[in-house]
Amino acid sequence: MYDAGKILIGLIIFLAFATYPFYSNMGKAVAKPEPKLDTPVIQKMEVKKCVESKEFMRAEHMQLLNQWRDAALRRGERLYKASDGRTIQISFQNQCLKCHSNKKKFCDECHSYAAVKPYCWDCHFAPKEAKR
Amino acid sequence: MSISRRDFLKIAGLSGLGIGFSATDLLWKRGRADAVEYMPSPKGLTAKRWAMVVDLRKFRTEEDYKRVIDACHRIHNVPDFGNPKDEVKWIWTETFEHAFPYQRNEYLPEGIQEKKALLFCNHCDNPPCVRVCPTKATFKRRDGIVAQDYHRCIGCRFCMAACPFGSRSFNWRDPRPFIKEMNPEFPTRTKGVVEKCNFCVERLAKGLKPACVVASNGGMIFGDLADPDSEVREILKTHYTLRRKAELGTRPSVFYIIGGEEDA
Repeated sequence: MYDAGKILIGLIIFLAFATYPFYSNMGKAVAKPEPKLDTPVIQKMEVKKCVESKEFMRAEHMQLLNQWRDAALRRGERLYKASDGRTIQISFQNQCLKCHSNKKKFCDECHSYAAVKPYCWDCHFAPKEAKR
Repeated sequence: MSISRRDFLKIAGLSGLGIGFSATDLLWKRGRADAVEYMPSPKGLTAKRWAMVVDLRKFRTEEDYKRVIDACHRIHNVPDFGNPKDEVKWIWTETFEHAFPYQRNEYLPEGIQEKKALLFCNHCDNPPCVRVCPTKATFKRRDGIVAQDYHRCIGCRFCMAACPFGSRSFNWRDPRPFIKEMNPEFPTRTKGVVEKCNFCVERLAKGLKPACVVASNGGMIFGDLADPDSEVREILKTHYTLRRKAELGTRPSVFYIIGGEEDA
């Protein structure tokens, strides 16, 4: 093997860089995302329930938001009859965010953890901004 | 123990089918809660084809135009960039000659040549912008309103090229810093999308007439073109009206009363 020394050194340097994310994070647990629900509106609610069940919202809120968008925007159907019979006004800004007024502690908590960047806030006002 | 080629293919085919079925089941259930329904709001105003009559005789001063334009631009968070190159507009004024190029002649009655027309999206019955949109971001609703889904707009500006009325504006820059007074009830747009008048669909859904109509003090009349007894049809029966560039065949839903005796 020619230049074994150089190649081995090169390999070691490469491995050091390539595995850096693993050993630098070893033993450190990243905090689990814990979305907060303690907004004034939610605290005043007698029955603390979102549009659908907690499990459904957690897993499927993105699909629900897409369906809401198409229903309201394209078909003009702005009322949603939930599976428990309640009728809910469809609006992201004027309905969802009225309760979930804590974008940083609710939306961003999981979105940052999962490294997803939904483009909601390019157009829709984040609750804090709306106040100014 | 060996397996014949024939048996192997049989088993493979069956398992393939099984996987396929379980996947469709997954897809079907995704994003759906049980027994949900979507309904239009009972309070909302409905029509077969919304239309507008603009009575330009009622617009006498600059203030009359400005009041209407401001009402629209304020509630819809329309930015003011302060330069014509980046301009975003939903409703605006234009000289008679530019608004109605084929109706112009040098012997028009006094006052008409200089009269400004109030322009906005015509919500055409045969909208060329909808035909060219590659993503179906722009579409015609069942009530005749040509609406736009900004989520889907990719900013290709085909619709701007297709619209013969210049009703569409492109956001070359982030509009947020240029909105004087934010209306928190309505979203803004973002850099890279096209926008235009939406006939106030969000107000119609609440049972309210468009903001311009409310602010116009009777200068703009809104109603159902498909209903022979509606207010717009009554006006069209008794007044001579113009539509912009009707010869292009887009069948605009906005009608203009230019001059003549005022009977209101």
